[in-house]
This record gives sequence, C-alpha cells and structure tokens, in this order.
Amino acid sequence: MKYLHEFRDGPKAQALAEQIRRMVTRRWAIMEVCGGQTHSIIRHGIDQILPPEIELIHGPGCPVCVTPVETIDKALAIASQPGVIFCSFGDMLRVPGSREDLFAVKSRGADVRVVYSPLDAVKLAQREPQRQVVFFAIGFETTAPANAMAAKLARQLGLKNFSLLVSHVLVPPAIEAILNSPHNRVQAFLAAGHVCSVMGYWQYPPLAQRYRVPIVVTGFEPLDLLEGIRRAVAQLESGRAEVENAYARVVTYHGNRAAQAVIEEVFTTTDRQWRGIGLIPQSGWRLRPEYADLDAELRFGTAEVQAEESPLCLSGQVLQGIIKPHECPAFGKECTPRTPLGATMVSAEGACAAYYHYGRHRQMPVSG
Amino acid sequence: MCLAVPGKVESIYESQGTRMGRVNFGGVVKEVCLAYVPEVRQGDYVIVHVGFAISRIDEASALETLRTFEQLGLLEEELEELRAGEEPSPAPPEPAAPQ
Ligand code: SF4
Repeated sequence: MKYLHEFRDGPKAQALAEQIRRMVTRRWAIMEVCGGQTHSIIRHGIDQILPPEIELIHGPGCPVCVTPVETIDKALAIASQPGVIFCSFGDMLRVPGSREDLFAVKSRGADVRVVYSPLDAVKLAQREPQRQVVFFAIGFETTAPANAMAAKLARQLGLKNFSLLVSHVLVPPAIEAILNSPHNRVQAFLAAGHVCSVMGYWQYPPLAQRYRVPIVVTGFEPLDLLEGIRRAVAQLESGRAEVENAYARVVTYHGNRAAQAVIEEVFTTTDRQWRGIGLIPQSGWRLRPEYADLDAELRFGTAEVQAEESPLCLSGQVLQGIIKPHECPAFGKECTPRTPLGATMVSAEGACAAYYHYGRHRQMPVSG
Repeated sequence: MCLAVPGKVESIYESQGTRMGRVNFGGVVKEVCLAYVPEVRQGDYVIVHVGFAISRIDEASALETLRTFEQLGLLEEELEELRAGEEPSPAPPEPAAPQ
C-alpha cells in the first residue's frame, strides 16, 4: 500500500490528524453518508490515522447497494424480453436479485449494455428505432440531473422506443430515518459533497437543529475527509450542532438551480423501499404522471414481482452502522465480490466490498 | 461513481438543442452535457458526473485536485473508468448517419 503511506505521512494529513487528536476528549460516532466517501476512507486508511475515540460509521449512500431487490427483479424481467436493449451503469450488473443478476440474463442472450451516461442510452434509442431501449435510472441526487435530462431529451426527440426504470433515492430523508431509529448511534454527519453540489445544503439546518446533530458538507479526497471530520469533532466537543460547508470549492448553499429545475419538471417525490433498510417515506423520486409514457414499469407491466433477499445477508445492519462488514458471518466466506450475497459486496462504493478489497478483515480483530 | 475528476472544457457547441462540450480529463477527452452550467466558458474546469457537468470549479482548486489524484495513484484508475465507458455499444463502424 505505497500510496496509502504517502498520503498518511504527508504533512497536511498529519497536521489534521494531530489537531483532531488534541481536541478529542471522549468517544464520538460520525457517519459518512456517501459510498464514495466510504471507499476513500477505507482505501486511504483514514479511519486508522484517527484517534481511537473517533468511530466512522459507514452510511447507506451507495445507490447500487440500496436499490431494492424487487427493482432488480423488475430489471431482470424487462431485460429478458425479446427486442429489448437494457442499459445500465456497470455496477448494477452483479447486484443479486432474488435469484440471479443482470450478468446471468446477459449470458443467456439478453442484450444488456453498460453505459457511462444516460445520454448514451438515448443515442442508442435513436440509432436502433426498431428496438426498445430501457435505461436503469438509479442513483442519488447527483445522478438525477442526468437521468431527468435523458427523459426530457427523449420527449423532445419524440422517441417512442425509450423508457426508464426509475429507482432514485434521496439523502436528507435517509439521514432523518437514521436519526429516528431507536438503534441510532450517529452523533454527527458528513454530508455528501456531490449530492450537495446539485441540491445545495439548505435542507440540512432544520435537521441539525431538530436533532441537535452537526452536519458538515464534505468532499471526497482524503484531505477533504479529514477536514470534514475535524470540523465535526470540533462541533461535537464544543456542544454545537450546526451545518458547515467544508467543500466550498464545489458546493454552494442553493446548489445547482438549473439542474433542480429539470429534476422538478421530470420527477416527483415518492415513498421508497431501501434494500436492507426498508421503506423510508418520501425518500425517492419517480417520474411525474406527465412522463408516465416513459415509465418502463408501465410499458412492460412488471407490477407483480415477488422478491426474496438472501437470508444470510446482514447488509441492512451494515447500512445502518449497526455492524461493521467484517462482523457479518458470511463476509469473505459465502460472500465475496465474485459471489456477492448482498449489494454492499458488489459496488466499489459498498462498505462490504471496500473492506474486502482493502483487506480490512485481515488487519483488524473483530470488534466495534 | 462519485470521485469525480475535474475536467477542462475545450469546446462548447449545441447538439440536438442541448448545450454540450468536449471536456479533457487529464488527456482523456469526452463529450459532456453542459446544460446545467450555463455560466461555464471554454477553458473553465467542471466537475462531471455520468456525463453531465454539475458544477464549475476554479482552476487552482482543479489543478490541486488533479495533483492529489495523481500523487495518490488514483488518476489512472479514474481515467480507466472513463475509458471503460467509452464503448457503450460495440458500435459497428457504420458511416455515422446524422439523424
Ligand atoms: S458481507 Fe455479504 S452477506 Fe454479509 S452483509 Fe455484506 S453483502 Fe451481506
């Protein structure tokens, strides 16, 4: 782990870690909500240069991980239909549904394609007018501007062969659900920088006040994360519960208004099931009724799908910070990135996969 | 999906009524939708997520980020991801029919 040490030994990282060490007087649990941040924390060993009093709890912010099994099953059903080209971000292909994943249906001949951007799927629909192109529109607020624009463009272009399977999720309702849980141990949040670059952070002050919890908008680079943690600890130690922006080079209070306008035009909020966690009220976006003709669920009639989760998988507890990935009995045994039982083992942003890739289960004893 | 490398806007144009641009990520050039950053001009740096610029970032911060990515050995990996997205379809070398 050459790079890890280069980062850790760097003077800036050392100085930040030292400041945190000097401030801390007791144990604190801080949650990073975003899976990209989880990945960065584990990869750079940020949790390991922090004083032992600081525990980082890995939150549910990996869109691949929280997409419900039912939705994966619907994707599999749609992708298996003749004439369909099913487009998805690459991470989704190995996410297990009740019985299999997109890779399996692809290897049986279904036309499943990995795209970088939803616009690639729109272009594909233009090129292949005789095929039905379906885009798997998952993600947090960061991805929504792209998916909303794909819908808008398809409409403008009059495409009759393009539709979206939408499963969008939202960060603030998830934070609130965590705070409302009787098991909650989280005392401060690092809010995901790129979600805030789209949405701003005006939604957070009421949460910070109502639940007396510091929220720090934080970036993804190792030093950004250390700075976010430093600010969260400073607030905790002085009894403050405010919203701070530690990622001001990208994030503004109001966010990207042009993007919000298009999201607003295409999507509306809805209750959403989160894989491993359950239903969170008003925690997702779906297509507005005005865009119902682009809804793949309606076009392909996938309403009745019975989903089953692997009984061994404890990803719900991992996603809520109740256990650490290596404390799951299946971790590294029945469940590996090649044979994932839960979505948190699939995506590089999933906590189980991050622990597995960076050998955390070998470095630390089983404990909290 | 989230560790966005900042890219430099090399050109701006309209395609099918949408504001698009060529954006250079440490040598890898991609077509990016610029509809959400109307203030961005040629030569500016942007943060891009799944083919869409979601915010502008000043040049000094962008260069600093790129340096960090490079130092940590992340740049190549991130660019790999961008390149991997390069072939959404094994497009046959058909004469591009502008529609
Ligand atoms: S290690 Fe595997 S089985 Fe255990 S919680 Fe993580 S994804 Fe589920």
